Amino acid sequence: MNAINSIAASAYPISAEGQNHSDSALLQVRRLSHHYSLPRTRLLGPRPRLAVLHGVDFDLQAGRSLGVVGESGSGKSTLARLVMALDTPSAGSVRLLGRDLHRLPAAELRAARRDFQMVFQDPYASLDPRQRVGRIVAEPLQTLGATRQQQHERAAQALAEVGLRAGDAHKYPHEFSGGQRQRIAIARALVSRPRLIVADEPVSALDVSVQAQVLNLLQDLQQQHGMSLLLISHDLAVVSHLCDEVLVLYQGRVVERGTPGQLFSRPQHPYTQTLVQAVPRLL
Amino acid sequence: MPLLEVSRLTIALPTARGMVQAVHDLDLTLARGQTLGIIGESGCGKSLTALALMGLLPDGARASGSVRFAGQELIGLDDAALQRLRGNRLAMVFQEPMTTLNPVHSIGRQVAEPLRLHQGLSARQARAQAVALLERVGIAGAGARLDAYPHQFSGGQRQRICIAMALACGPELLIADEPTTALDVTLQRQILQLLAGLVAEQGMALVLISHDLGVIAEHVQHTLVMYGGTVVEAGPTQAVFARLAHPYTQGLLAARPRLGGAHARLPTIAGSVPELAQLPPGCPFAGRCPHTEDACHAALPRAVELGGGHTARCIRLRDTP
Repeated sequence: MNAINSIAASAYPISAEGQNHSDSALLQVRRLSHHYSLPRTRLLGPRPRLAVLHGVDFDLQAGRSLGVVGESGSGKSTLARLVMALDTPSAGSVRLLGRDLHRLPAAELRAARRDFQMVFQDPYASLDPRQRVGRIVAEPLQTLGATRQQQHERAAQALAEVGLRAGDAHKYPHEFSGGQRQRIAIARALVSRPRLIVADEPVSALDVSVQAQVLNLLQDLQQQHGMSLLLISHDLAVVSHLCDEVLVLYQGRVVERGTPGQLFSRPQHPYTQTLVQAVPRLL
Repeated sequence: MPLLEVSRLTIALPTARGMVQAVHDLDLTLARGQTLGIIGESGCGKSLTALALMGLLPDGARASGSVRFAGQELIGLDDAALQRLRGNRLAMVFQEPMTTLNPVHSIGRQVAEPLRLHQGLSARQARAQAVALLERVGIAGAGARLDAYPHQFSGGQRQRICIAMALACGPELLIADEPTTALDVTLQRQILQLLAGLVAEQGMALVLISHDLGVIAEHVQHTLVMYGGTVVEAGPTQAVFARLAHPYTQGLLAARPRLGGAHARLPTIAGSVPELAQLPPGCPFAGRCPHTEDACHAALPRAVELGGGHTARCIRLRDTP
């Protein structure tokens, strides 16, 4: 009950641990490495390993946005899953508000999840087709012990913030277009008033005109609530548009970092140069 | 005589609410060796247009109007005659290479299949030809990988294999429907350059369908912009992008985030793409367009001639002789 009370008490509550670390970064990722085990190639042989991340380091300050770009297989989605504590890294740590997410006991991690939420790429796959939108959006509150009434109120509020109507809470996902579904996914991420949103390719499944609406929404919400945004994308223009700082990931290593202006006007690493050159330009 | 001449192509699709018009009075012509791009968002009718050109419309769909390929009318042509054209003189590359390729057949067999079917080559001849095709599309060591299966290749390589299959019989017209949407930007560039090289080398005509304005602007000579089943703007690519005559084309371009265009709000197009069954009676863009007037709802505006073969359907435009 404590968690939900503090949500009600302030528009974007800072948890007790957070205040102790107000001068350090919201998110600290240190020497993060990860490998996957592949199927055996011989009956009794060892399982080969595929290393996907090598010693990734970065800080993300409260209220700032960080973009991660790279091609398929560069490890960017693995990075998102590790930051979200959906996978356990092979080495290294992810600290959010000073707590090492991968060392928290399961119950504490569940409670801590209200501080970091995720928006996935495909709004057709990330929403349960058999649940009503109101219930989908309120789901992150269930583990925080919110009452039914509180869940309803917060879901309606979150839907309003992403530009949907309160009446939409009673509909099912199939009644919405792709852009509206992505708004529902964003409302679900917002409902617990997180400090950090991790968005993995949030607009790549959307049409150009809808993509612009969702990007503006992410930008507005980030500014209104002072949230931090970790944006994973293969689209340099999207990252350039939304982010204060960008990491370029290549074969699991950070090969270059900087502001979008620096990085895309004067790319230093050969891989960044290839990426920037490959972006189609208009005449 | 142009290679492809489409006039007043109209496609009706069966839906729960009866037949709806998904493509309305589409005209286009394409000569040998020319490239044409079709841009639009989901549901604008661009993929259906491609399928109609290939005679691959879904069951229950009805096409009317005329599609003439090298002088032969394709609408109403029987299946056997279409099959003789498809994969032979007409070929298509789809968005998702993994769903195009058959996972249980080796790539050598799949690339050789059209050669055996249409050109009657022997297994050995077709295999030799397949190696040459795979090498042409940039599969290194093709001879040794002929018996490999699609899952043993990366996404970019699979799309190259699909292109090799499409090219096998030296088609006169290649239709590529979002060929690079599933790929990374660096691979996208390689695949588009490969297609451009093949067009130049073989004198083939190319129809490239994409939602990405940058891809279209860089790679084709002529552009059609589709919205709600209607071609709202058409012309030489340079003229279309220089003038942006139709408000939808303007909105589409402005909504695109740009490298270095940091943090400004993106201009958006109000509302959302209407469903085909609920298209407004007049201009399909009326209501979402910032310049909507009463007259927009009355009737579909005619294609106004803007000079040099550039046309747009908007009542605010005047003919330029």
